[in-house]
Amino acid sequence: MEKGTILENRKFVIGGIILVVVAVYIWRLASLQLISSDYQTKADSNAYYRSVVFPSRGNIYDRRGERLVYNQTAFDIMVTTREIKNLDTLEFCKAIGITRDMFDKRMEAIKDRKLNPGYTSVRPQLFVGQLSENEYSVIQEKLIRYPGFSIRKRAVRKYSTPLLAHVLGDVGEVNREDVEKDDYYSPGDFIGIQGVERSYEKELRGEKGVQILLRDARGIVHGHYKDGAEDVMPKAGKDITLSIDEKLQELGERLMTGKHGAIVAIEPKTGEILCMVSAPSYDPRRLEGKERGNYMSKLMKDKDNPLLNRATLGAYPPGSTFKPTQALTFLQEHVITPNTYYPCQRGFRIKGMKVGCHTHQTPIELINAISTSCNGYFCWGLYHMFNNRNQYKSLNEAMTKWKNYMVKMGFGYRLGIDLPSEGRGLIPNAQFYDDAYKGNWNALSVISISIGQGEVLATPLQIANLGATIANRGKYKIPHVVHAIQNGQVADSLTTFKSTGISPFYYDYVREGMRSAVLKGTCTGANIPGFEVCGKTGTAQNPHGKDHSAFMGFAPMSNPQIAICVYVENGEWGATYGVPIGALMMEQYLRGSLSPAAEALADKFEHKSINYNEKDEKKKQEPPKKKPQKAKNDTVDSARISVFHQFGYYRDSIAETVKQINEEKQKQQKLQKEALDRKIAEEMKRKEEEARQKAEIRQKAELARQKAAEIRRKEDEEKQRRQKILKQRQKDAMDKAIKSDWIIHQMKKKLEE
Amino acid sequence: MPSNSGKNIFGSIDWITMLCYLVFVVWGWFTIFSATYKFDEPNLFNFSNNSGKQMMWIGIALVIGTVVLLIEKRVYEMYANFFYAFFIIILIATMLFAPETKGSRSWIPIGSMKLQPAEFAKFSVALLLGQAVNKLGFSLSKRADIIKALAIVLFPLGIIIMQNETGSALVYLAFLLVLYREGMSGTVLFYIFAAVVYFVVGIRFNEDFIQQMDVCVGEMVVLLLAQIFTTGLTLFACRDKVAARWMAVVGMGISLVVILFAVFVIPFNFTWILILVNLAQVGYLVFLGINTRFRRYYYIATFAFLSTIFFYFSGFLLNRLGDHQRVRIEVLLGKKSDKSGAEYNVNQALIAIGSGGFAGKGYLNGTQTKLSFVPEQETDFIYCTIGEEGGFLQSALLLLLFLFFIWRLIWMAERQPDTPGRVYGYSVVSIFIFHLFINVGMVLGLTPVIGIPLPFFSYGGSSLIGFTILLFIFIRMDAESKLNYKMQ
Repeated sequence: MEKGTILENRKFVIGGIILVVVAVYIWRLASLQLISSDYQTKADSNAYYRSVVFPSRGNIYDRRGERLVYNQTAFDIMVTTREIKNLDTLEFCKAIGITRDMFDKRMEAIKDRKLNPGYTSVRPQLFVGQLSENEYSVIQEKLIRYPGFSIRKRAVRKYSTPLLAHVLGDVGEVNREDVEKDDYYSPGDFIGIQGVERSYEKELRGEKGVQILLRDARGIVHGHYKDGAEDVMPKAGKDITLSIDEKLQELGERLMTGKHGAIVAIEPKTGEILCMVSAPSYDPRRLEGKERGNYMSKLMKDKDNPLLNRATLGAYPPGSTFKPTQALTFLQEHVITPNTYYPCQRGFRIKGMKVGCHTHQTPIELINAISTSCNGYFCWGLYHMFNNRNQYKSLNEAMTKWKNYMVKMGFGYRLGIDLPSEGRGLIPNAQFYDDAYKGNWNALSVISISIGQGEVLATPLQIANLGATIANRGKYKIPHVVHAIQNGQVADSLTTFKSTGISPFYYDYVREGMRSAVLKGTCTGANIPGFEVCGKTGTAQNPHGKDHSAFMGFAPMSNPQIAICVYVENGEWGATYGVPIGALMMEQYLRGSLSPAAEALADKFEHKSINYNEKDEKKKQEPPKKKPQKAKNDTVDSARISVFHQFGYYRDSIAETVKQINEEKQKQQKLQKEALDRKIAEEMKRKEEEARQKAEIRQKAELARQKAAEIRRKEDEEKQRRQKILKQRQKDAMDKAIKSDWIIHQMKKKLEE
Repeated sequence: MPSNSGKNIFGSIDWITMLCYLVFVVWGWFTIFSATYKFDEPNLFNFSNNSGKQMMWIGIALVIGTVVLLIEKRVYEMYANFFYAFFIIILIATMLFAPETKGSRSWIPIGSMKLQPAEFAKFSVALLLGQAVNKLGFSLSKRADIIKALAIVLFPLGIIIMQNETGSALVYLAFLLVLYREGMSGTVLFYIFAAVVYFVVGIRFNEDFIQQMDVCVGEMVVLLLAQIFTTGLTLFACRDKVAARWMAVVGMGISLVVILFAVFVIPFNFTWILILVNLAQVGYLVFLGINTRFRRYYYIATFAFLSTIFFYFSGFLLNRLGDHQRVRIEVLLGKKSDKSGAEYNVNQALIAIGSGGFAGKGYLNGTQTKLSFVPEQETDFIYCTIGEEGGFLQSALLLLLFLFFIWRLIWMAERQPDTPGRVYGYSVVSIFIFHLFINVGMVLGLTPVIGIPLPFFSYGGSSLIGFTILLFIFIRMDAESKLNYKMQ
């Protein structure tokens, strides 16, 4: 009995065992379910597949509604190597129209981690890229029979023209910095890299949508989570209309072939940029798709630096195109009056120093000085300004005053154009010279800034903007390339006028001077019969080589439609390249087309090129070394073949499938016919549309002409009124002029002493 | 005994156990319904899918259960031999003639259904074991009787292993607990425990080496454990304090000194010294056995010797195991990582349970189980569905309910007036313990993945009916004895 009770106690052992087991398991449950939270996220990432739905990117149009950039769907054949099962390689190759050899090579390339660093066997890899829609529709049906192969649809950015590369910019994969800066992006997304694509990225990109899908262990999707209640639809990007005139741009790029430099044209009333040419340029169409890498590296290696937007980033001495700013400053500061005469004996001569000038009558007053681009006149002006201790307590103060005028007129700082990169140019200030000359400088040491030389640098955009401010009599809108945004507005900062702080009526003298320059001065070549063109040449001395050729102007004088800057590197005289190119551009814009004579001139300029490699010529004559051939990319790309070329060939040999070919052909013919019909219908539509638009434009032009006549009448009245005031003022100014003459007299005396 | 007890028997049934059973079965059915539910085709009740079939199985099980309850206890006892023989024949026949399913020959196809005799055979073993133990003069302290009892258990086990159904076969090891209750020495359980420890430690560390000394960590630890276990057994099983002290001081002392010397002074391979110490222990025990003629010394000596050679044997054993079983064991011991292979199942099961949190994702809302990330989700891995959808609350409640259920069964087994009843009761207890231990353990990643069902929950007619018969015979026995007691 005693043994029995001992044995009965063993029930506690057995009961204890199960107690321990349950206790341990509950402890384990607690640690899994209550303490660790990893499992929740793991389960979610198992089951919820967040599929991003990409919005279509906005299109880009020119000011006339011509489509410049758009999206096209491209189809890629993808391969997931792990999922390939029982593949009949030969049959597959036939189905997509490649040879067995190509298949093997491509597969090898995909699996080679050196060529394809992101390779994994579970994620789809690119097998054949960029099928057209036609190829896709045929292959898609067949592909279902081959597990492991799939089609990926994606949007490719397409460019309608080879123009405007710098303004449009391009689109590429985001880099790590973009991803870190903006939560919107994840690796593999696309983002605008340059130009408008970059600066209007937020408008163009739209908003991504997301689908939350339920996915099982085999990756098969079982519908939407909560029947799509949590899904977010993508928002398409906004279309953008540029202020660029495609025809004007085309002419500009044509005229600049073979030359380096830039053309910027601005509509003065709105600040809208009508064309922005930077030469040499590149073809944005070659940056889409596979060619991108090679073309990009070629561009980057190019010594001529075609990737640089010279219109906004080039810093050039503005030369004589800068003189109007000086005239305006001197007038506003009462350094001169419009009737102030300065002597110029083939230049500005003082204390053994000379700034040369060409031969013209002397002494000379302001309008003629601008017209003949007299260096001496503006040197005297600056000399008197900087040495006037009655008005300015110190040289520093005078310099600062001067600098402030330049900045107000849009120099020395970025204007704020709506493109991602812009240069500042350079307007020196007193501090700058203090540092450079160690405090020991005077008016004479900096005298060349008055003729746009020396330390002064400006971008073609700033020079064109100067033209616009003169055209507007002292105010400007920040130049911008975007005319309108779909369901949006151009930033306010771009559509409000900024003032230069100089009385508008001083501008009349400068305009008169520039008009006179066209009629009888330095840029008679810019004269377009029927339009009052105002212009100013520039021949900027260039320490590195031949002088730069520049032109700044606007037209017509009474109602400016276009302000322009042409800058041709090493073009020597302003009149050689700058003036004729500027004239052609203005004519194109104002008339809408070129006259036959102008067309001939344009042809001539198109084929006139400047040799920028004289120095390098010798080096080039050495036999070029043979570059080691890169076979790498060739093998990757060779797998991409036109499917249809080989399609028929394979089928011929198989009697059974002859029928299939016929069907295929018929289908294709039908498709082609349909496409043709569609095209014809579209063409008809387009023509009608065009005719309608032309009529509209004609009507508008008629209206505009009437308006312009009215405005002209009003302006004449205004002018008469103003001339009365002017005469009054001139009398007052005479006193001052006499005084300044007296100062000259004094100085001459001093010099003689 | 009154033969009309059938009428009153339902009054004496242990309704608490009965209630537990019903709760398990109903809960199980709802869980199976959830586990086979598909998000994209929310079909309601349908007899062609698993939850529908399970409903049918539950019906059949209840009918069979009722019949079982109506049969008198003495029938079971009388025909214990017959049942045993019957199932042995069936098992052999299955092994020989059944079509191969998933690599094993353990399923008998009957029409469109399949039955697994191994699931039914358990109760016959329990019955026969009860009869055997009840024999006059039978004592589990006698070697011959132990062998007799073990034979009853190991015979079907062997056949089922030959059917290639290792999981179901191992369940029969649970009967060792019954033998323990009936007087088999606890040292036998300790031997098994020691063997498991050696195996786990040896396999886990057999590729780790102490630097400079070439000493295999697994080998060293197993040898040291053997010394400790042997010393402990000498102390507790033979109550020989003197010998134990000698072995502790001299044997383990030498080992300790040698190890310290090797670690801090001159590194050398000291494994052979440990082996010598172990062999010296064996020799000492044999010497004591001869001297005292106390047989236990021989047992312990044998244990010590086997312990010493175990490490070398376990490697050999592991290599003899089937490939997938070896990988499972190695993965469980953390030696191999195979996220997509053997480890995948357990890993996904852990994710399912872990993602349930405190209150779970809600009935029919589990993504892990619905989207078939968890394999065998309605059979062996059904506990995942409860863990994921019911969270900690329900999964812990299930364990506690089982704990209560098993304790109740132990209590009932102890109140049986006769040995066969008690043995049978403990058989039921042990089988449930084993199933719960292995099934929930493997889902929680604590025990190897051995494909055995969770009683009453896992989908499948064989296991449900098998467990029902097993349990209901015991309920009948208990009710009858209670009735007799009342009548007396």
